[in-house]
Amino acid sequence: MLNTVLGSFSSGVAASTSSYESIATGTGTGLSATISFTSIPSTYKHLQIRGIAKDTFANSNVFGMYVTFNSDTGSNYASHRLGGDGASTYANGYATQTSIELRSYSVGNSATNIMGVSIMDVIDYASTSKYKTLRSAGGVDKNGSGNIELCSGLWQNTAAITRIDLVTSGTLWSSSTTFALYGIKG
Amino acid sequence: MATTYEKIATTTLSSSTATITFSSISSAYTDLRLVLTATASGGTKFLKFNSSATGYSNTYILGDGSSATSGRSTSYPRLDLNSQDSGSSTPSLDTVDIFSYAGSTYKTCLIESSHDLNGSGQVMREVGLWSNTAAITQIDLSVAGNTWSTGTTATLYGILKA
Repeated sequence: MLNTVLGSFSSGVAASTSSYESIATGTGTGLSATISFTSIPSTYKHLQIRGIAKDTFANSNVFGMYVTFNSDTGSNYASHRLGGDGASTYANGYATQTSIELRSYSVGNSATNIMGVSIMDVIDYASTSKYKTLRSAGGVDKNGSGNIELCSGLWQNTAAITRIDLVTSGTLWSSSTTFALYGIKG
Repeated sequence: MATTYEKIATTTLSSSTATITFSSISSAYTDLRLVLTATASGGTKFLKFNSSATGYSNTYILGDGSSATSGRSTSYPRLDLNSQDSGSSTPSLDTVDIFSYAGSTYKTCLIESSHDLNGSGQVMREVGLWSNTAAITQIDLSVAGNTWSTGTTATLYGILKA
């Protein structure tokens, strides 16, 4: 089972006058497989998470991550994805899952100086009348190999999202990993 | 202190130009986002960092209205934004998110290119790599064998994390 110790956080910044605000940043520790954002305020319309990620696994494989909301590990998630590996494309979808799996978002620790990158949008996250949808793009390029992927995810729950857990599909989030959570005003 | 999401600079061309340059980019942000709305009379759009002509690679997926393909370049002298010629009158839209541009690892970006020509066109997503640990302080946007047309607009934003 994956380690669920929380990653560390840096402090927030003062609210700006723009419609795009930084809420919190989660940083890998090398000791945990999970980076969590908790007590997310409902004062925004949408959320965005920008990630730059590496796994501690001692190879150069491409890794993904599992996303859950509000600590729900029931079979309430679904996802679809479209991706490419530089030679061929793939598309697939999964229903009734215990998390939203996002692939191609991180890379093993042996890939020196290489990082996985991603942008995830969680739409209308504070609604109490709609299921929640995310969209994301992520990729890793290693100068000769790598993957790019687009994904949509569904959480079949009408609760406002107050917590997001990001669990690596590898071993642990490296200390060079950072996920930054932003709020977008409506 | 820089704000969370801030425009750094913008350019709208009043005459055809070979290269659009953002220089002396501050290291005050976490990420950069480049938004390009462009026309040109042909040629592949590309960018370079810090005037470097080495060390670029990418992996992409592309749909052209009839099929989806994936491809890549390795050890290339530039980072292409897409493989389709820019249109002379119908603008394309490109966004380039450059992560940890001032950090000490190689620089990775996510690129989205969209171009519809009413019967032809492409949409593409790409992960690009510049195998260089230097902080990015300059971005040059060019069109292979051609120039940007009048009205082309490029805007560079800085994004700051908590």
